[in-house]
Amino acid sequence: MINLLLFPVIIPMLFGTILLFFPKNIRMQRIIAACGVAITFIAGLFLLAAVKTNGLQAVTLGSWDAPFGISMVSDLFSVLLVLTATLITLFVIFYSFQTIGFEREQSYYYPAVLFLLTGVNGAFTTGDIFNLFVFFEVLLMSSYMLIVHGGEKPQLRETIKYLLVNIISSALFVAAVAYLYSVTGTLNMADLAVKIPQIQETGILTVIAVLFLVVFGFKASIFPLYFWLPGSYYAPPIPVLALFGALLTKVGVYAITRTYTLFFTMNIEVTHELLAIIAILTILAGCIGALAYFDVKKIIIYNIIIAVGVILFGVSQMNGAGVEGAIFYLIHDMLIKAALFFLVGIIAVLFGTTNLREMGGLIKTYPLLGWTYLLAAFGLAGIPPLSGFPGKLLIVQGGFEGPNFWGSLVILATSLLVLLSVIRIFIYAFWGPPVKTIPINKSAYNQMFIPSLLLVIITVFVGVGAELFMPLISGAGEVLLNPSIYIDAVLKE
Amino acid sequence: MEIIMSVAIGFLFMAAVYLILSKSLIRIIIGTGLLSHGAHLLILTMGGLGGTAPPVVADGVQITDYVDPLPQALILTAIVISFAVTSFFLVLAYRAYQELGTDDMNLMRGIEDRD
Repeated sequence: MINLLLFPVIIPMLFGTILLFFPKNIRMQRIIAACGVAITFIAGLFLLAAVKTNGLQAVTLGSWDAPFGISMVSDLFSVLLVLTATLITLFVIFYSFQTIGFEREQSYYYPAVLFLLTGVNGAFTTGDIFNLFVFFEVLLMSSYMLIVHGGEKPQLRETIKYLLVNIISSALFVAAVAYLYSVTGTLNMADLAVKIPQIQETGILTVIAVLFLVVFGFKASIFPLYFWLPGSYYAPPIPVLALFGALLTKVGVYAITRTYTLFFTMNIEVTHELLAIIAILTILAGCIGALAYFDVKKIIIYNIIIAVGVILFGVSQMNGAGVEGAIFYLIHDMLIKAALFFLVGIIAVLFGTTNLREMGGLIKTYPLLGWTYLLAAFGLAGIPPLSGFPGKLLIVQGGFEGPNFWGSLVILATSLLVLLSVIRIFIYAFWGPPVKTIPINKSAYNQMFIPSLLLVIITVFVGVGAELFMPLISGAGEVLLNPSIYIDAVLKE
Repeated sequence: MEIIMSVAIGFLFMAAVYLILSKSLIRIIIGTGLLSHGAHLLILTMGGLGGTAPPVVADGVQITDYVDPLPQALILTAIVISFAVTSFFLVLAYRAYQELGTDDMNLMRGIEDRD
């Protein structure tokens, strides 16, 4: 089965296309969307097994030789991200049943989610820089549709800004690809990794590397380029927000990681030092936002920015511990952000507001929700047995091994601020005198709570069973640190 | 020739940035149009402007005379993508004008902050 690595891209696209034919039949929409994503997940598991036993899988479409056709490459890093993204999409679909509303469900909500997954999985799997641009556009087009879906006034207003920022960054992406093509004459990532070290003038390549950092930084919301994210992510409904918060910025982080470990390694003192500094500034900017607001959605949204900074700091260290920690933390963060948005969504539904000051006393009526939220909050901050700990530990260790020990200190210090920001939600919403909640149907509540609980249980499992996952993580880190494995598998020399 | 093209593309980018920074939404959309024109011409230029024959296999044409076909394929892809995004943006602007009653970006300030 040489085409196995294409299944996570093709299956959601196929099911999304099928869903276009009967938008009004909600029951069928739900069943087929959930089945499609579940099948994608199973295909992803088979792919993981194949990559684990046979090493990196690569296929060049249409039987062309490697640098001339479009290569699709699946190493452990990308297959782990594909699996995580698919799992989160599955939970988002379950959570949407109760929260998204019939009108949205009847107007192509599920096809858009599946096309978003197509774009995300494709971006994780592709081995061609222009194909990466195309998959970015696939996921961005779906995200434009999802963010404006429903057409409320704040959504219209924020979609204009989101759209404008992404059009500009896409145009810059095209320009960056054009520059890279004129310098190297190739677009295949493995071939780029061969050609770039042969070029003597590293000045122009450093400029292109920084241009790529700007392009992917727009998507990933790094320090000076994160300004669009808090407003835009505030507008859409909670399931869409969970999907965006868990997947979209992480595609940008993946793209930075891939390009900065595979081929922009010619001038590490400049590019990776810049990345480390920007990562730390991103963390600080995110912390300021997370502490400044009394709004549950805003607090978690700013925590996305903090996590992007932490992951990129790990990547910028270019040593075993830093890169492995970044991979672990990336997977943990996708899961925990989706879980936190789910839980915060339930809290917002129960109180009918997102303002913390109008909340209180939920622990008396919904104790299980409270303890689940506390577990997720501790997981986010990285309390030892939970999933945030191993990744952050390795990233901090990577920083101390490299020259950037100051960055590790900042990460350790800001972990406390992260904990403070999410515990504040716990204190305001669950403690104190009870505030009247909106009565909610028991089965509707369960349909929202059970996906959230399952996701939190998975993050606990990832944290407690970290030893189980470490072989996969270190395998993924090995490919990132030794590009020759990637190059040999793709170009089959 | 590449120099002239680069200068022209630079002007396109300059005009695009100027328009995108303006207040009116429709001027911003025109700016994004110019920006994508600039990016597409940039691919063409960066691919090299050598070659005399169009990239269609024909008798009696030396292999060195063909224009590089790859940038043209990339441009074609980028054009349809930016066409789709622009049409979405125009419909969105129309809808926003209907709902919000303004096309002034200064009046489309963010959501009221809950401190």
